[in-house]
Amino acid sequence: MTPTLQTFLIVSAALFSIGLLAALSRQHAIFVLIGIEMMLAAANLNFIAFWRFGSQPQSPTGVMVAIFSIAIAAAEAAVGLALVIAVYRHYRTTNVTKLDQLKG
Amino acid sequence: MNTAAFIVIAILTLAGALAAASLKKLIHAALCLVAAFIGIAAFFFLLGAEFVGLVQIFVYVGAVAVLIVFTILLTHREDESTAGFNWTGVIIALAVFGGLTWTILQTPALSITPPPIEALTVKRIGEVLMTDYVWPLQCVGLLLTAALIGGLILVKEDR
Repeated sequence: MTPTLQTFLIVSAALFSIGLLAALSRQHAIFVLIGIEMMLAAANLNFIAFWRFGSQPQSPTGVMVAIFSIAIAAAEAAVGLALVIAVYRHYRTTNVTKLDQLKG
Repeated sequence: MNTAAFIVIAILTLAGALAAASLKKLIHAALCLVAAFIGIAAFFFLLGAEFVGLVQIFVYVGAVAVLIVFTILLTHREDESTAGFNWTGVIIALAVFGGLTWTILQTPALSITPPPIEALTVKRIGEVLMTDYVWPLQCVGLLLTAALIGGLILVKEDR
């Protein structure tokens, strides 16, 4: 039984849900960023799976989108982590429930 | 495509991801995240996109995970626990997973076996990057420069 496209997509959906779990249910800011990076990696897996099982002749579009997505994810991780450091420097906390200055 | 390889890589990736989402200590979660990223890179190798697999290891494991470890180092406090857990997030994640899986299983056009393809060489990727995708390449370069400068400004000490 060779793995079909459905099995790859289900694994990618599971990874996405685990990333969503980490982003929604943890209170530490870095855990939220870990969840976001995991969601982006799951989306990349989806792109490459569709590229592999796609129509003939092969165009490298799926691979190109995945490469650019990895670069963008790295840029976003850098800025997000810089934000976490800046917030820690001012409020001395990384607990996202304690950052409620804008609450009504 | 090898079924045993697929199952082993899937177990490694999902176990690493679950551990990264639910462990108490941050540094353990970051290391399990590295295992999950390596599992995803192994998936890319299995699917025939070797260049993307190596880029994944360079960028995600070598840059993003290291950045996360550095931020843990810089924002670590002894008295603050990272054990806060919100159970509604679990319910939402399970609902999203259920919805996605149901949609995937409802689509019969997705239960296809891998067709034989010719290997995508790095030479071809380089050609395509310089001809068809030259504008996205320049934009990503600009984006990375802006992100780097922005990150530096954000963590600069106020004097």
